[in-house]
Amino acid sequence: MTVEHALEPVLEPRVVFERPELLADRTTIYCPGCGHGVVHRLVAEVLGELDLGPRTIAVAPVGCAVFAYDFLLVDFVEAPHGRAPALATGIRRVRPDAFVLTYQGDGDLAAIGTAEIVHAAARGEAITAVFVNNGIYGMTGGQMAPTTLLGQRSTSSPGGREAGLHGLPIPMTEMLAVLPGVAFAARGSIADAAAIGRTKAYLRKAAGAQLARRGFSIVEILSNCPVGWGMTPLESIERLREVVTKTYPPGVIVDRMKADAAASPAGTSPGAAPAGPGAVPPTPADPASTPPVER
Amino acid sequence: MTAVRPALTSIPPPDRPVPPAPRRILMKGNEAMAEAAIQAGCDAYFGYPITPQAELLEWMARRMPEEGRVFVQAESELGAINMALGAAATGARVLVSSSSPGISLMAEAMSYMAGGEVPVVLINVMRGGPGLGSIGPSQADYFQAVKGHGHGDYRTPVLAPSSISEAVEVVADAFELAERYRTPVIILVDGILGQAMEPVEAAFRTPARAPADWILTGADGRPPRVVKSVHLLPEALEAHNRHLQAKFAGIAAREVRWAGEQLEDAELVIVAYGTAARVARTAIARARADGLAAGLFRPITLWPFPSAALADLVARVRGFLAVELSAGQMVEDVRLAVDGRRPVAFEGRMGGMVPTPAEVVAALRRLDAIVGEGRR
Repeated sequence: MTVEHALEPVLEPRVVFERPELLADRTTIYCPGCGHGVVHRLVAEVLGELDLGPRTIAVAPVGCAVFAYDFLLVDFVEAPHGRAPALATGIRRVRPDAFVLTYQGDGDLAAIGTAEIVHAAARGEAITAVFVNNGIYGMTGGQMAPTTLLGQRSTSSPGGREAGLHGLPIPMTEMLAVLPGVAFAARGSIADAAAIGRTKAYLRKAAGAQLARRGFSIVEILSNCPVGWGMTPLESIERLREVVTKTYPPGVIVDRMKADAAASPAGTSPGAAPAGPGAVPPTPADPASTPPVER
Repeated sequence: MTAVRPALTSIPPPDRPVPPAPRRILMKGNEAMAEAAIQAGCDAYFGYPITPQAELLEWMARRMPEEGRVFVQAESELGAINMALGAAATGARVLVSSSSPGISLMAEAMSYMAGGEVPVVLINVMRGGPGLGSIGPSQADYFQAVKGHGHGDYRTPVLAPSSISEAVEVVADAFELAERYRTPVIILVDGILGQAMEPVEAAFRTPARAPADWILTGADGRPPRVVKSVHLLPEALEAHNRHLQAKFAGIAAREVRWAGEQLEDAELVIVAYGTAARVARTAIARARADGLAAGLFRPITLWPFPSAALADLVARVRGFLAVELSAGQMVEDVRLAVDGRRPVAFEGRMGGMVPTPAEVVAALRRLDAIVGEGRR
């Protein structure tokens, strides 16, 4: 037996990393170092692995991700700024078999679209919101967002965000998590490979909550905006990991699927039965019995 | 002491026969339009309470679940119209209703629907404005409906019935127009038509559904579809606008509707729609009894406005009088059609007030004095 023969099985070409089927093979339009590319990939991977591509109807936001449909190969409708959860509600109600996804930035979801996201969550709409929080209005040139950190400079807070002048950053996902209609809420980030892996796990859980018709699910994804932050991509990732996560701690914020399972010895979820097109959870959890926030 | 009251019964008295088909049903305008939408195959209704259209929402709240269809009371008019946008993008037949201030909130999404070519039927039961205004009947939203609620270059078909029976008819027509041309369609009625009760000819109709190769159903065995209005390249957006304008030109050429009454010998013509047309009808009867040869030209589509038909009257009438429940909005389109060739007068009341037949007759007399010999 020669050395070549012995090595042959190892040298057999093997794909270890490839473009997900649902991610378009085209050049990105996002700025160098932007986190949207990573988030797009995660969404494409999760939809693909759960075989949801052919069932997905997604709603694109206004903002940098308005062109999400150029990269994610699923049916898309474009929403007016902030209104994606309302469109998603309309889709959910008339298309019971669809997997319904909104992809929204922090200006879209946490500023102009607060009413729509709060009420979609409150109704327990079986939809999944992918909430990309980079703390700035990227597309319009780096203005302050409701999620901008204290002290952070932007083109509309040139002296840095001050609590007395601009208010405090909004912890949107924690706010939503108190609503009984929310089945799953978590915050991930794209700061490093481990964080990206956890974020993907959150996306899978959020999708599972929708598929079980348990209610509304949201995954906030802390992301970077090197251009808007006035940093190199590497500096922006460093800031994301070391600074941004101090204000917005990553982790599962509420998991009522898990609470359901714990409450039911057989491991079945009392709220898991499909509840018709509206898919409002038949037994919304009593707010008083909401499990403590997990980190 | 117990009061003796006559028994309430629906059994017809023996001397009156059972009503023959087609049945005439006494219905409130808001409820008649709601039921007409259900009978027209409306899959989903999204709304938010506002006077004077709340009965429409309430009717849908009760009837849509009975039919196994979708009813959602949204968190705002913004929520309602955007739910409609999402549902209609998947091919559902969708109705939204509101009243003036609520329509202002819906204007943004209407523009997106026009740009993204999403068919939705929207009923505006108009009330007095501006601002919060009043809950009285009004036609002050003509500019808003006809000249463009939202931003951008677009037109929206606007249907303006003047009776509850006609309102029932145009609901089915509106769904048909919306789907045929992939456009939002507005049904514009004033608060009187929403609130009044009239016998309705039960001429409910379910338009056939046109095959749609653009709706979002999930990209299963076909390439993904996108419903959108954004086209960042100016060349692409201009091309899209040219496509929209060609569509609007087609609607303007094919979908004009109007009705005439006593126009054959009319020397003075009242132009009015909705409730104003009914006031005008009474005024015309009185004017004729008094020797003034007046007739009624009643636009049913406010866009496309029946400009050519109105212009055809110029050669044989001496003057026009626009009557509206507003400070004078449609009158501008009447003047454009008449193009300075005859005097165009205006009579209107605002803020929830309705012109009386006497006021309209007086306006006819003033017009008659301007245009010379009015008496036959």
